[in-house]
Amino acid sequence: MANAVAENYLQQSTNKYSGIKSWLLTTDHKKIGLMYLIAILFFFLVGVIIGLLMRLELIAPGKTIMDPQTYNSLFTLHGVIMIFLFIVPGLPAIFGNFFLPIQIGAKDVAFPRLNLLSWYVYMIGAILALVSLFLPGGPIDTGWTFYIPYSVRTSTNVSLAIFAAFVLGFSSILTGINFVTTVHRLRAPGMNFFKMPLFVWATYATAWIQIIATPVVGITILLVIIERAFGVGIFDPALGGDPVLYQHMFWIYSHPAVYIMILPAMGVVSEIIPTFSRRTIFGYNAIAMSSLAIAFIGYLVWAHHMFTSGMSDTARWVFSLLTFIVALPSGVKVFNWVATMYKGSIDPQPPFLWVMSFIFLFSIGGLTGLVLGSLATDIHVHDTYFVVAHFHYVMFGGTGTIFFAGLHYWFPKMFGKMYNLKLSKIAVALFFIGFNLLYFPKFILGYMGMPRRYYDYLPQFESLQKISTFGSWILGGTIFFIVGYLIHALIKGKKATSNPWGGVTLEWHIASPPIQENFEVIPTITHKPYDFSQLKEMKNE
Amino acid sequence: MEHSKKHPGYNTYILVWLALLMFTSITVTIAGIDLGKYTLLIAMFIAAIKSALVINIFMHIKFEEKIFKVFLLLSGMTLLIIFVLTFSDFLFR
Amino acid sequence: MNNSHDVALNSHVHRDDVGAKMGMWLFLFTEVLLFGGMFLVYAVYRFQNQEQFKLAALELHTGIGTLNTIILLTSSLTVALSIAAIQNKNKFLSIVYLNATLLLALFFMVNKYFEWSTKFAHGIYPGAKELLEKPNGQILFYGLYYVMTGLHGLHVLIGMIILYIIKRQIKKDIITSDNYVRLENSGLYWHLVDLIWIFLFPLFYLIQ
Repeated sequence: MANAVAENYLQQSTNKYSGIKSWLLTTDHKKIGLMYLIAILFFFLVGVIIGLLMRLELIAPGKTIMDPQTYNSLFTLHGVIMIFLFIVPGLPAIFGNFFLPIQIGAKDVAFPRLNLLSWYVYMIGAILALVSLFLPGGPIDTGWTFYIPYSVRTSTNVSLAIFAAFVLGFSSILTGINFVTTVHRLRAPGMNFFKMPLFVWATYATAWIQIIATPVVGITILLVIIERAFGVGIFDPALGGDPVLYQHMFWIYSHPAVYIMILPAMGVVSEIIPTFSRRTIFGYNAIAMSSLAIAFIGYLVWAHHMFTSGMSDTARWVFSLLTFIVALPSGVKVFNWVATMYKGSIDPQPPFLWVMSFIFLFSIGGLTGLVLGSLATDIHVHDTYFVVAHFHYVMFGGTGTIFFAGLHYWFPKMFGKMYNLKLSKIAVALFFIGFNLLYFPKFILGYMGMPRRYYDYLPQFESLQKISTFGSWILGGTIFFIVGYLIHALIKGKKATSNPWGGVTLEWHIASPPIQENFEVIPTITHKPYDFSQLKEMKNE
Repeated sequence: MEHSKKHPGYNTYILVWLALLMFTSITVTIAGIDLGKYTLLIAMFIAAIKSALVINIFMHIKFEEKIFKVFLLLSGMTLLIIFVLTFSDFLFR
Repeated sequence: MNNSHDVALNSHVHRDDVGAKMGMWLFLFTEVLLFGGMFLVYAVYRFQNQEQFKLAALELHTGIGTLNTIILLTSSLTVALSIAAIQNKNKFLSIVYLNATLLLALFFMVNKYFEWSTKFAHGIYPGAKELLEKPNGQILFYGLYYVMTGLHGLHVLIGMIILYIIKRQIKKDIITSDNYVRLENSGLYWHLVDLIWIFLFPLFYLIQ
């Protein structure tokens, strides 16, 4: 393949096929990353549309456009799709796949065929989830947490839907195994652990959570399926089971999963801030270690989802205390990011603006998390809109925003095309306004006592609910606007240079789009990852 | 080839197997005696010894690079933490 | 898996056996945590229903459990010996040991079959009227018994399929004395199955 220097990976095939087969049977981590991007973006948009429909139903009290059972199914689907099909796989599977090998100077991941397999497993899981909607029995209506005993009693297609979650978990595990092995075995010469870019550190920590946490939810889901199918007594209280044990098992995974969602996003932030501040990252070691610390402590806090479930008081204060500790490494990151910008020469390009929006939204999400982490206040706002607002600020304002930040940051590298910078700056502003209009009123509503997952509400909540629905139109419109101008850029965009932002991590040293095996010669790493003195040499290259 | 380290031979494996069989007979015998609440503890202790033998010799972890041992410790710790924290609920109900 | 041959040929140049083993170990951890989750359920319910668990366990046959333990431990030995044989360039012996392993695994499953069918004949199976009349603790015990030994049995079956494929590959010289990491990884999987049984055995058969 040495004679094909001029060709990029989009034009080449890793197998003997051309056309669509060269994609579907590829082992190239970049193509697999793009295949994930297409699939995940599609499911994200489906989730967005479901969210918009829910908001439309809530524009006025009483029935507006759907009946209560449909609403129950929609909020379950919105949760399942957004969690299992979008945020959990999102950043690691798309950007991790594409950039983790490049950033450590590797030609591919450690197990390229396993990588392709995990894409197929993801697709099978996603299709199973969609199929479960249309089979007799009806779409699942338990909420994405599938709490026992309702989930063993309801006649909807719970088994198939949660089996889909099991399959998706398997895909997540395979990706995790691949990334950990890649980081340990395929770093370029000179690339020791403390020369790795922080996105790699974050993805590495995430991969560990994927490996160690996902099996627990896997077995929990299997147990529920077995319980439904064969009437085996496991969690059902009628057969002596303990539903609170189910909640423990579920959250043993699903809380660390929150960090699967947010850690890679934090990694992307640590890439973007130095690039647009032209300054080396402040506190590299602290940020790298805080990724591991978050992965570890994130494992110890799951039962803070269960303060009102009837746990022992001992467990409640233990978990409350541990929850506060996890705020520390997150704080370390935020302070280091801000310190990096100090005295930097900031270039406010779209990716940077997305990150600014992230820091604002994520801080609100994080700080309201402390309100929920303290026992006394949690009891007041538990299962209200306050919780809904909190996790949308963290997940959507955090990871969702960074999904767009990463997409805007790496788009020219992935496709070799540049999008319209002016339009995308407008998009950030609209996104920010729409987001706060949609979710901030929910904090107030929750504090006033509006329970989550309700189809109807009291008249005094109407004005805030209307503002929220209005915000959803701005936000939803902006998302489709972004997808629109990115697709336009893909077709008609200007050709991007190999280093449009002036970044110095390895992906900016290679062509846009990269060639088949990323590097013409595997580089030997001598610099720290964010050493901007390299920029001059790079320009001379 | 990276298999520079010495492999255990047939004899080592057979010795380990004999030890495993011995521990099995011990644990079955002890189970017949009523030791009250220590029964479970002893049974688990013997199971732990047996699994240590399997992991170290049969599964070669003793001869692998250090990083494998670190990984093993990590997953073991994780399991322990899950048990301890879950029982912080059930022990104090 | 369609292009496995091309990649196998390409990767021969820079094969990474340590990386392959690392991947396998990481996968084994996910298995450990999968069963770990079930052991957690078991621990909680045994803690809540100590007397009922003891009573229910009386129904289980310690002899069959012990026999199956010995069978699995021996099959673990034969897999380890099979790897040692291929390291010593003895292809024939390696295949013999793998055959022994497969045979022992089959014994295990046959034993399991007879054990389960006796239970079924006594009306102890999920959803059975006789079982549902028992106290809750015993229903839980048998629920866990069937799920945990069943899932373990499923792993034995998968292991058998894998070892059979590996045996064929040794025969066809795809796995050789200087490229046997697949045999090693399948061996690791088999030892894990054994390892889980080492804990299942005292927890179900030796409660007294």
